[in-house]
Amino acid sequence: MSTPADTQLVAQFGETLFTRKKKRSERIAQCVFAVMVACIIIPLVLIIGYLVKEGYSLISWKFLTTNPTNGMRSGGIWSALLGTFWLVGVSLCISAPIGVLAAVYLNEYAKNNWFNRVVNLAVVNLAGVPSIVHGLFGVGAFVLFAHMGHSILAASLTLAIMTMPVIIASTKEALAAVPRQFREACWNVGATRWQTIWRIVLPNSISGILTGVILQVSRTAGETAPILFTGAVFYRRIEEGNLFAYNITDQCMALSTHLFAVKTQVTNAPEALSFAIALVLLALVVFVNLSAILFRSWLRSRKKW
Amino acid sequence: MTGSRSKFSTYGEKAIELLIRMCGMSAIFFVFAIFFFVFREGAPILASKEFGLGEFLTSTDWYPTSMSNVRFGTLALLMGTLSVTGVAMLIAVPFGLGAAIFISEFCTGKLREILKIIIELLAAIPSIVWGFIGLTVMNPLIQKVFHVPVGLNVLNAGILLALMGIPVIVSVGEDALKAVPDSYREGALALGATRWQITWRVLLPAAKNGLLAAVLLGVGRAVGETMAVLMATGHSVQVPHSVFDSCRTLTATIAAELGEASEGSPHYRVLFLIGILLFTITFIVNLTADLVVKGIRKK
Amino acid sequence: MVKPKVQIENLRLSYGAKEVIHGISFDIEPNEILGIIGPAQSGKTSLLRCINRTIEFTVGAKPTGTIRVDGEDIAEMRNVYELRRRVGMVAPLPVGLPLSIYDNVAFAPRAAGMKKKSELDTLVEKCLTQAALWDEVKDRLDTLGTKLSGGQQQRLTIARALSHSPEILCLDEFSIAIDPVTTMRIEDVLKVLKKEMTIILVTNLVQQARRLAARTMFLWNGEIIELGPTEQLFGDKPKDKRTYDYVNGIFG
Repeated sequence: MSTPADTQLVAQFGETLFTRKKKRSERIAQCVFAVMVACIIIPLVLIIGYLVKEGYSLISWKFLTTNPTNGMRSGGIWSALLGTFWLVGVSLCISAPIGVLAAVYLNEYAKNNWFNRVVNLAVVNLAGVPSIVHGLFGVGAFVLFAHMGHSILAASLTLAIMTMPVIIASTKEALAAVPRQFREACWNVGATRWQTIWRIVLPNSISGILTGVILQVSRTAGETAPILFTGAVFYRRIEEGNLFAYNITDQCMALSTHLFAVKTQVTNAPEALSFAIALVLLALVVFVNLSAILFRSWLRSRKKW
Repeated sequence: MTGSRSKFSTYGEKAIELLIRMCGMSAIFFVFAIFFFVFREGAPILASKEFGLGEFLTSTDWYPTSMSNVRFGTLALLMGTLSVTGVAMLIAVPFGLGAAIFISEFCTGKLREILKIIIELLAAIPSIVWGFIGLTVMNPLIQKVFHVPVGLNVLNAGILLALMGIPVIVSVGEDALKAVPDSYREGALALGATRWQITWRVLLPAAKNGLLAAVLLGVGRAVGETMAVLMATGHSVQVPHSVFDSCRTLTATIAAELGEASEGSPHYRVLFLIGILLFTITFIVNLTADLVVKGIRKK
Repeated sequence: MVKPKVQIENLRLSYGAKEVIHGISFDIEPNEILGIIGPAQSGKTSLLRCINRTIEFTVGAKPTGTIRVDGEDIAEMRNVYELRRRVGMVAPLPVGLPLSIYDNVAFAPRAAGMKKKSELDTLVEKCLTQAALWDEVKDRLDTLGTKLSGGQQQRLTIARALSHSPEILCLDEFSIAIDPVTTMRIEDVLKVLKKEMTIILVTNLVQQARRLAARTMFLWNGEIIELGPTEQLFGDKPKDKRTYDYVNGIFG
């Protein structure tokens, strides 16, 4: 039984036509956005599932450790896999030190003037240059001008310059997360800028730096265009099982170019083979990225302050 | 207390600071180097009598290997790039911004973390794998769904580029929305607004610069993409008149033909020139995105 | 006549176009505790940062004028890090570096070149004892400095400041973020340290200035309103009426 007081309460706080319309539009908006997100995720899951289904059968330890045979129509992917590891490794050795120091400059030494805005702009642009243009640069600068010829070195240098912005961005973020009070406390006791960076700032940014390194690895492993004309080759026989079968001046095979070759250049290759290669590449990239994500959250839980 | 290594540390400190400064400026050096070395390989043809810059930019006749009548018109290729990018943005912008809004404003805790991880993994998929998907999955799918004879076309590449560009738009868009102060949200909430109303009337206008920058960066990504479009657009050099037409983009042309062009030949040099064209386009897009973002700071 | 430890001559400081210290001059005598009082934004912290030249880390800060320590112009000193080791600084908010307690205190000597473990051990114990922290942490010197309580971190900061044997110790409202008991303990420490060094004590606690400082300076809007014996500023007849108003809470 509702009293006059009750009806007054309902009138003040109960639902009106207006609030009901508001709630409905809210729910519609929420649905629309959720559907949009689903439209992105569902095809992704389906595609990956399809890849797994078609390529899974060929994956085995033997597949990974033996060379391609029969004009790349059968056999394994050892030479391509090793080539990818070499490219990733060498380019990392080049881009990590320079990238970290560049980020140190941008975050610790650079003042907020126009010059440093230009530097920041250059980093953004470096990341935005199309990968094939990086490949052209690699040909012009390393293969030809520096006389490196088609080699792992030329390809790695090209990849290093292309992926440096990834390390710079992650390192900058990690450095900026270190509170300013720590730096000031160090300066107050007579430590130099570099001493402060070396003893306090960098050690407490390692997590972000490593995350950037891992992300760089994943990007490098998947790239095709920059290495097509600077050091990658479609077929090359190398010794199986030998991690040093490649030399830095050699041309190499790579997973990405191998996938391209098998799918578009090799006639009568079995369907499952190209699916298997795509699957290995995808698994490699996803694994590396997931490691970065897990590593990041693990380190976040171990915060020192 | 005097520093027993004061002299050494002053010189050492200066040396390290110099090294750091050099590394910091390396980005500028590399951007210039890229332009310089690509231009160096392509420039000689500009002086050649047979080559016309106007024809290069405005003609749709691309016959670089013709025996009798070599023509280097890139307009058809540019149209290919623009149409593929256009289709990609038509799909990616609404879905990307929608996802960014959903993750940022309608989502909390575990679900948000999971979605962000999925988007990050989506971003990690290499373009060659997308190209592969375009060839093996989208190709027959488009043929079946739309009843067209060829599935390697603008639509195929457009969908792939959209899926590749969405993570960029989502992450930059999310940053832009996060940058809007919570006080805006709280103020609107106090007035009785729902989340959708807050988003539509308060957040989107406030974040529009950052969201525009997100879209621009997505465009930059799409324009510069090479392997995925190479494998998914088919191989005909023509101005596409519908999304079901095959076409060729600027990037795919370079990748497809550089291996065949002998070093120093006009064809070779023109391909490098296309590289300069691409560099210029993405430079302008990135510069615009940066200025747009800085535009917020000035306010 | 004993020479002043620190001489400030016509010090002006601008942040960009805005001048915050307007040409002040004063001396600080050796082995005294000089109190500096004044409302917020008066330039007290900026003044301290000019003395140890960490003002140079602030973009856009332009100091002019002369500051002399023991007669030597600090702007002319070749090794600015040396100067910063001669001047100890304690900031308002306690800061424990993300290192072990031991490494926190050993940080400055190590940065200056001290390497021998035995020397460092002695120094760490001495500084922690002087800062009235040794007994609480002597069994857990490897604990992270950031995990200590606020009061402990502030004492750790003092130990860090003492680790490079400063001749001048600057304390910038050190008791703002810590409890009264710790404050009292630190005040006792300062009374003892006064015998070895000159202390500049920026504070807003009238009673604290009364307890510790023989002379006090009232700094307001970048100008010295009054400088003299503490009791004069806090008594019934300070030289300047504004001092009376501030001390008695009429403004500020």
